Order: sequence, then structure tokens, then C-alpha cells
Amino acid sequence: MSIDRRFFFKLAGLTALVAEVPGVGVPAENAGKKGAGTTPDTPRWGMAIDLPLCHEHPDCGVCMQACEKAHNVPSIPDPRHEVKWIWKEEFSHAFPAQTGRYLSSELAEKPVMVLCNHCDAPACVGVCPTQATWKREDGVVMMDWHRCIGCRYCIVACPYGSRSFNWVDPSGYLAERNPDFPTRSTGVVEKCNLCEERLAENKTPLCVETCPHGAMHFGDLSDPKSPLRKLLDERFAIRRKPGLGTEPQVYYLV
Amino acid sequence: MLEKAISNDRRYWSWVAVLVTIIGVGAWFYFRQLQVGLGITGMSRDVSWGFYIAQFTFLVGVAASAVMVVLPYYLHDVKVFGKLTILGELLAIASVTMCLLFVVADLGQPQRMLNMIFHPSPKSILFWDMVVLNGYLVINILLSWAAIRAERRGETPPSWVRPVVYLSILWAVSIHTVTAFIYSGLAARPFWMTAVLAPRFLASAFAAGPALLILICLVLRRVSRFEAGDEALSKVSIIVTYAMGINVFFILMELFTVFYSNIPEHMEHFKYLYVGLEGHHRLVPWMWTSAFLAVLALFLLINPKTRTNHRTLTVACLAVFFSIWIDKGLGMVVAGFVPNPMGEITEYWPSLPEALISLGIYGVGALMVTVLYRIALSVRGELGA
Repeated sequence: MSIDRRFFFKLAGLTALVAEVPGVGVPAENAGKKGAGTTPDTPRWGMAIDLPLCHEHPDCGVCMQACEKAHNVPSIPDPRHEVKWIWKEEFSHAFPAQTGRYLSSELAEKPVMVLCNHCDAPACVGVCPTQATWKREDGVVMMDWHRCIGCRYCIVACPYGSRSFNWVDPSGYLAERNPDFPTRSTGVVEKCNLCEERLAENKTPLCVETCPHGAMHFGDLSDPKSPLRKLLDERFAIRRKPGLGTEPQVYYLV
Repeated sequence: MLEKAISNDRRYWSWVAVLVTIIGVGAWFYFRQLQVGLGITGMSRDVSWGFYIAQFTFLVGVAASAVMVVLPYYLHDVKVFGKLTILGELLAIASVTMCLLFVVADLGQPQRMLNMIFHPSPKSILFWDMVVLNGYLVINILLSWAAIRAERRGETPPSWVRPVVYLSILWAVSIHTVTAFIYSGLAARPFWMTAVLAPRFLASAFAAGPALLILICLVLRRVSRFEAGDEALSKVSIIVTYAMGINVFFILMELFTVFYSNIPEHMEHFKYLYVGLEGHHRLVPWMWTSAFLAVLALFLLINPKTRTNHRTLTVACLAVFFSIWIDKGLGMVVAGFVPNPMGEITEYWPSLPEALISLGIYGVGALMVTVLYRIALSVRGELGA
């Protein structure tokens, strides 16, 4: 090989420079931004949930059921020990800053589908003392259930309540077990994995696919031409606790 | 040296038997916890840290407080503290050990705890806390061992002791600062996200730890020939007075910022602690007890008459210790979770197994203090009433 160290570093420097120039190498809005994909083809997965559309079907829970069944999420009756991946939260709880005496109380009580926001700057990742949770290049915040020591620091750091701890053995609370997906042991933390097992097969997350009303949208946020980005261009969307700097990547269309 | 721990003394052995029983009960419930999971405790989805982590936090303070006798002795030549430094260092060893046991008791998968070393994560404050706590333990074992050995041989301590003492002074401050950083850097928890948390931790530690040391000296006066000396006790009580005053001042600072700024999500936690929130007020009587004890302690400590009288000083030190224990070992951790980031309220109270496991760990600490002090005192020939 004729590439020596010096040449290699020059090349590396040049590449870094290109990546910094807006519009070159990576999509402009991601250039130089912390946590953006480092290679041009890496997508940045994100989600948008159509709140008015979802609210038209208050009794619907198809996405939750599909997710729980596929991921062996236990149904624990004691609310103190519940494990949740995607669930309904009152609007006033999901968006505590968006409530007020004269704002529609009807909206305040309406359920909002909440899940892990797969943040760009996830608070949970930095605090983990064993690197059992990390952010992938495509934005998915992952969790290694075999490395987790169960210190629950990530739960403490997450501003969205998106993480659950297995306070008790979950295996006793599974109606049926999906053999294609692991179950968890007592004493570890778990959360939504954005269906990374389906992303690997070029499928969209199960909640998005099973939503009977098309209220959930999934796509590549780093691609300005993606349908998801188009949707966000056209409609006003909000995010949960945007002021904390975690950069959540689940958007709520209002 | 260890043979000093075993000698024929009935009172000593019955005290050890009591402690071993407490530890045994705690150990039995810990094995239950290992089988069932942490669901056996009062913790929950919303209150994910409880009594264990709160005791850990409180005891880091007790451990750090050894510096309050070590620093004046080595840096300001306060000779009367000479007899107290070893007691402070041994208390630090027992406290750090309890801290580590409380953290392990709180883990969901304790058998994997070495993952913290296999996958070191410098971005995590818990990683640094592991580093500083274990370092502090080693430093204090070294220093107290050197001191006891020198005393036994009638020599002056080896020359390496002094630089290690200087290191231990900085290290003591670091353990409680890093422990505060576990909490004060989290955007999700406004109750803890305050720059005054670390200073407040240090102030409360430097009040509660030396108060405990005074109480121990007064007990030792009764059960052994060890005599700290009135001058030393008087100087330590002045340290307790200033530290407690600063601690209360910091709490008032916190209340001003939170309530004058009028930001609901900052105020709600304090409301939960002191007046209750939406009908939930489990900690309110405790917090007012803590406040009352703090005022009582300051009253007794600031007045020179009551500070120098050992009877009222005992009351003052007990008041300081329990006021801070309630504040740090009960209110501080739990209130960070109530309400949760979504504004929902789940109250917390430790379960019986959780309380007994905690008591067992305190039993380990008490046993360590008993045995270590016995060794240190018998080397000096100060054992026996």
C-alpha cells in the first residue's frame, strides 16, 4: 500500500472539512450538527404522530397492542411496576408546558401516544455507567439488556418517562411469548427500540405499520425530500420538552 | 493488630452479637431481593431511586467529614485534634463501605457490577463516583493503618503520610462534590438542578459528620478510657455550628430562588416536601421535624453556654444529625421524583424488606466502627472503662 500516515491524515482532514461545508457531503441542515449521520447515506430516522387524526379514534390501541405482542412487553397490573414502550398519556402530562386555565380543557385530557423520542442528544446515554445504552448513527437509541446493571440512572435522566425497569420477573406477565424477540430478565432497564429489528429488514416500525388510520409517519429526517420532511414542512408540529436540549425526534402534528 | 479486636469483654461481645443479628436479618432480606427483584422495595416506575441511594448520599457526607478534623490538625497545627484524626479516618472507612454496599443493594443486576470497570464510561458521573469513593477508601485505609502501626511501635508516622493526608483533604471534598453532580446535572429533574447542591451537600456533611464524631467521643468517654478532651470537643462543636449555619443558609437560598422565580416545575417539589401537593403529603411531617431540629440545633449551638455544656451539646448534635438525615436521607432524593417529569404524583415509602436491608448495612458500618475503634484504642491502651 502506498498510502502513508501523512497522506491518510491529510485525506481525513479534507473529508472533515467537506463535511463541515453546508450542502456538501451531508444534507445541509445536518452539516456540522452534533449527532448527525457521519456518512452521506446514513438516514436519520424520525417519526411524526398526527394528533387530530389519532384523537378521532379515542378507543383505538392497535399500535400499542402490536408493539407489546411483538416485543414481549409484559402487562403488569401494578402501575408501580409497569413496563411501557408506547402508551397513552394525557396531553397535559405529555406536554406539561402547553396547558393553561383558558386553553381547551378538552384537549388537555385527550390521550397522546408517547414513546422513546430517540433524541439527538439523549440524556440517558451519557449517564449510563456501562455504555449499555447508546445512540446509533441512524438515530436509534439502543439498549443492551445483557450489559445493563440496573442502576436506573438512565430512567432518572430521561425527561419523558420513556424507560422502564423490570422491578419483578416479567416472564410471568406475558400472555403469549414471541419466540423471535428476546424476553428480559428481572433488574434491567428497557424501552422502545424503534423496531430496529424491523429497520434491519427495511420495514417501518410496527406502530406505524399497524396504525389503522395512518396517523403515524416514519421516515428519514436527514433527507429533505422524504415524505416525513415534506409533512413537517407543511404542518405545524411540536415536540415534547424541546427546551431541555435533548432534541427529541418524535414530532406531534397539531 | 487484629487480635486486639478479640478480647474478653462481655459488654463488647453482646453489642457485637446485636449487630451481627441485625446484619443477618438484612442479609436474609437481601437474598429475598435477589430472588424477587427490586419490586420488593417501595420504589416504582416514577420513584426509581429511594432509600438506598438516599442513605448512600447521606453517608458520603459522613465519610467526607473526616476532613474537618484532619484539615485543622495537619494544615493549622490544631494539636488537640491529634487524637481525633484516627477516629475520623476510621469512621470514613466504615461510611464509604456502607456507601458502596448501598449502591450494590440498589442494583438490579449486582452480579454484573464489574461492567462499570469493563466498560468504563467517563461521561457518566456514576463512573467517577466509583473512582473517587474507592480511592477515598484506599487512602483512609492507608492513613489509619500507618497511624495505628506507628502508635503501636512508638514511632513517628512515616514521611509519606503527610502528602497522602493532603491528598485525602482534596479527595474528601471531591467525593461529595461528585456525588452532588450525580443529581445536579440532570435537565429532567429541576429539583436537583441547582448549582448550590454540591456546596449544600458539603455544608450539611461538615455539620452531620463532626456532630456524629462528638457523639461518639461522648460515648467513648463512658465505655472506655478514651478522652477526646474538652478543648477538642469545643473546637469540633464550633465547626458543627458554622457548618450547620451555612447549611441552613443554603437551604434558604434555594427557597428564595425557587419561589421568587415562580417557576411551577421548580416549586412543586418544595411544595410536596413542606405543604403537600394535590393531597399527597407523606413527607411533610418529616420535613418540618427536620426544620424544627435545625432551628433547635442552631439555638443550642450558637449560645456558648449550651454549646459547652455536654448535656445540651449532646441534644444539639443529635438534632443536627437527624435534621440532616431527614433532609438528605429521606427528602432530597424522593422529592426529585415527586412530581415526575410529566407532573404525575406517585408517593414513595420504603418497604419493610428495604428498611431491614438498609438497617443491616448500617449494622455493617456500626460493626466496622466498633471493631476498628477497639483496635485503635487498645493500641493506645485506652480501652476499658
